[in-house]
Amino acid sequence: MSTITIRGTVVIDVEACKGCDLCIDACPPRVLEMTDHEVNTRGYRYPRLLAGCTGCQACAQICPDFVFQVYKYDTPQELPLDESSEQ
Amino acid sequence: MSDRVLLEGSEAIARAAVAAGCRFFTGYPMTPFTELLEHMAALLPEVDGVCMNAESELEAVGMAWGAATTGHLAATGSTGQGLSLMQESLSEITNARLPLVVFNMARGQGDYFQATRGGGHGDYRHIVLAPMDVPEAVELTRLAFELASQWRTPVMVLGDYYLAHTYQAVSVPSIEGAAPEVPDWALNGSSGGSGSAKIISPLGGGVEGEEGFDLGAHYAACAAHIQEMSAGVEPLVDIGFCEDAELVVAAYGSVGKFVRYACLRLRDAGHRVGYVRPITLWPFPSEAVHNAVAGSTKVAVYEQNMGQMVDDVRLATMGAVPVEFIGGPSWDHSGFGIGPDINVPDISERILEALK
Amino acid sequence: MTDERIYLSTDTPPAEPAVLVDDFTPSLITQANHHLCPGCGEPIAIRAAMEAIEELELAQSTITVFGIGCYTAFAHNLDVEVVQALHGRAPSVATGIKRMLPDGFVVTVQGDGDMVNEGLQEVLHAAARGENITCLLLNNGVFGETGGQMTTTTTLGQRTKTSIEGRDPHQHGHPILLSDLAATMDGAAYVARCAVNNAGNVARTKRYITRAYESQMAGAGFSLVEILTMCPTGWFVDTLEGPDYLQDTLAPVHNIGELKTP
Repeated sequence: MSTITIRGTVVIDVEACKGCDLCIDACPPRVLEMTDHEVNTRGYRYPRLLAGCTGCQACAQICPDFVFQVYKYDTPQELPLDESSEQ
Repeated sequence: MSDRVLLEGSEAIARAAVAAGCRFFTGYPMTPFTELLEHMAALLPEVDGVCMNAESELEAVGMAWGAATTGHLAATGSTGQGLSLMQESLSEITNARLPLVVFNMARGQGDYFQATRGGGHGDYRHIVLAPMDVPEAVELTRLAFELASQWRTPVMVLGDYYLAHTYQAVSVPSIEGAAPEVPDWALNGSSGGSGSAKIISPLGGGVEGEEGFDLGAHYAACAAHIQEMSAGVEPLVDIGFCEDAELVVAAYGSVGKFVRYACLRLRDAGHRVGYVRPITLWPFPSEAVHNAVAGSTKVAVYEQNMGQMVDDVRLATMGAVPVEFIGGPSWDHSGFGIGPDINVPDISERILEALK
Repeated sequence: MTDERIYLSTDTPPAEPAVLVDDFTPSLITQANHHLCPGCGEPIAIRAAMEAIEELELAQSTITVFGIGCYTAFAHNLDVEVVQALHGRAPSVATGIKRMLPDGFVVTVQGDGDMVNEGLQEVLHAAARGENITCLLLNNGVFGETGGQMTTTTTLGQRTKTSIEGRDPHQHGHPILLSDLAATMDGAAYVARCAVNNAGNVARTKRYITRAYESQMAGAGFSLVEILTMCPTGWFVDTLEGPDYLQDTLAPVHNIGELKTP
């Protein structure tokens, strides 16, 4: 049963986001993805997190609206690939 | 032994400024302002002050702005045109509520409106002091720094070529005295990281209780401050022989000293002539002028320009007495403001003419 | 069509033991929400500048001097002392502050319109004078605050609202390469140019700003860091295209790198 290693995670202040997309391309493992339809109260789409974050802070460093908190797990988490479910 | 020393006006003013606690001066050389810059350059290092020969008047007033934010007493200056280059900053420094003394060693008296009406953009006024000679300039320089600090505003000392380059015996306080304490609104970086770091801005948020970027509220607060200042600053004026005067002559600055002397001599010769010499050009001593001219039949205004203060005299008299302009531009070939007509005989002749 | 992608929760900090390595804003930015456009590069540069102040423990001696431009919105958002100056005059105001507070740490924050148009004389004289201050130039090649007009750093062929068909040298003249100009001044100790259009460049920006600060702390003289920033609104491009537009339009003319080091 294969798993995916997750070294970090983020907290996203959805309401602060202005939907500019900069974090999407900046993320080395490309685990951020803009919503298609969901928007925040100001009408902006916002990023969602897929498995594979390394806690490298690229998203936070390039975000013009300071939307990200970034965490690094003390020990990398192993997420089973198939039964993974929305926590 | 009297403590008076024979000093050039520019040096006396420089010594008075340093004695008043000025610790930063900057300017750009321009006749007849240059000597004030030179004397400050010589004096300030003696008291660990800073004098900078700025690369332009624009940069000079910018440097003075920065120095003022540190709470140390700062000053700058120039001549006429140089002041024109500084006006944008002087207007914004007023809204940033910063103390600053500005010396205009003008050429002639054509800068009256620029000085008293706020030469820059927007709605503001500056306190303007106009000395007639070196001893008075020493006192008004001290007062300028005091008012600038008290009201947190620019204050102008309006001089000219005569004041800057006349040598006169004058007593000047020692420059050894300590500079005044730095006020608590001043910046030095230390409020950084405190959660409420200080800001000094012409756009607001620099004064207790003022939030940033409510320009409407800030401009309203600035206007209220100007009104409070215009009521709170005591207008200074020199009045003589007006009780029974038939004609009152109004003049200011160095030219005012000539006019005053002409009136004294005409009085000796039996003419019922009085004089009024505004010293604070803003706030203008309207009430004092009004009362001084009330008993006369005519007011004559003498200025070395096409007539600017005459408007304020008319506003002060409010039509109670006719006001006539008897001055005029007067230039020698240098264009530095030395006027061939600025002498007692010629001035007396015009006053006599107005008496008819 | 249900969304098979599995998205992880990002509402609350992780339950598992973890270290917080980035907390929304650096501590010296007190007001996170601002009105700068989506995709604007200026907050990214200002964040780097504030992080470097914090890391060098300069917060309690720093006085920043702001010019006038979109970034002026940040003058009230910082937890360091600020002097708001007039358009173009920040280096002179900073000079007055530094001369009265030699132990103070003085940084200007200006845009290309502010520094390279209005205040070119101020910054070059400060550099020639070797004033021991650090000037930060946020260069997006347009007047952002007024809606995208041409400035002196707009590159040839770049379309703006006052160079609609693209900047034409015969009509609009040539761009000024500010950092290259400043680097020729003997009073300049550290001059570098970088950008914030990708994570690597943001990290480089942080490095260059830190070195400029260290140059000021060492009293080496004038330091300048020019930071190319995205302005999708003023460039009339989608926010997603901002980084590439910067790479293709500004960076080839305003070359990234360190031009002068102590």
